[in-house]
Amino acid sequence: MIAPGITDAEIDARHRQLGRDAEEGGYHLNPDVAFTRNLVRGLLVNEQRYGYMACPCRIAAGKKEEDLDIICPCDYRDPDLNEHGACYCALYVSSDVIAGNLPVGSIPERRPPRVERKAARMSRSTGGSIKTAYPVWRCRVCGYLCAMENPPLVCPICKAKQDRFERFL
Amino acid sequence: MKMEHVPGTRKGTVVLYALSTCGWCAKTKALLKEIGVDHSFVYVDLLPEDELEEALQEVERFNPHGSFPTLVIDNRKVIVGFREQEIREALR
Repeated sequence: MIAPGITDAEIDARHRQLGRDAEEGGYHLNPDVAFTRNLVRGLLVNEQRYGYMACPCRIAAGKKEEDLDIICPCDYRDPDLNEHGACYCALYVSSDVIAGNLPVGSIPERRPPRVERKAARMSRSTGGSIKTAYPVWRCRVCGYLCAMENPPLVCPICKAKQDRFERFL
Repeated sequence: MKMEHVPGTRKGTVVLYALSTCGWCAKTKALLKEIGVDHSFVYVDLLPEDELEEALQEVERFNPHGSFPTLVIDNRKVIVGFREQEIREALR
């Protein structure tokens, strides 16, 4: 495995931390420890390489604004957990998987292709079409909404950073 | 673009586009090794920038989503994702 400078201890520490955060929010990491540790290693490699935890199973552009949707946990985790019982990488799995009622496998890619993402970036609607006393911001990771001048620095629900918020109203 | 060649039984030209950090890519790579098929692979995330773009366009030609792993057999048959049965059957 190509992961210079990443130690087993670092992988263990991040694995524990991600597991704790997941359980606190009602999510679960994949119980297949060897598979999950390998993904955690990938996340640490990407953090070292790009400065943020880009999804280990997708190619990052290396420009944060183009990779925001795939910073783990990605924008696609929850719809994939709902539909397939696992996120694209299978780092996160549903309680059905934990209970042994659903197998985990490789699932189709939900993230739109590059050309479509580029087009969407060009024409992104920024909300704000309805008059409200405050703008309403939506966390793209967990869907949390808040009405404030600016989105919070960190999502109080899922701990995603401020740059994962979009204008909703 | 430089590919790593893994010698084995010839079943046509078998090319795996993978990411060095990805779990399903690792499983696909291990499966090809287990089957013992002659193939080439490239870790697209480890390529220098200019080669990376070239590789991405190549992957997108076979698989418009540009996702990994993408397995291409004889420039025709494309298997996206770790689809164990499909891969075993295609390389029988």
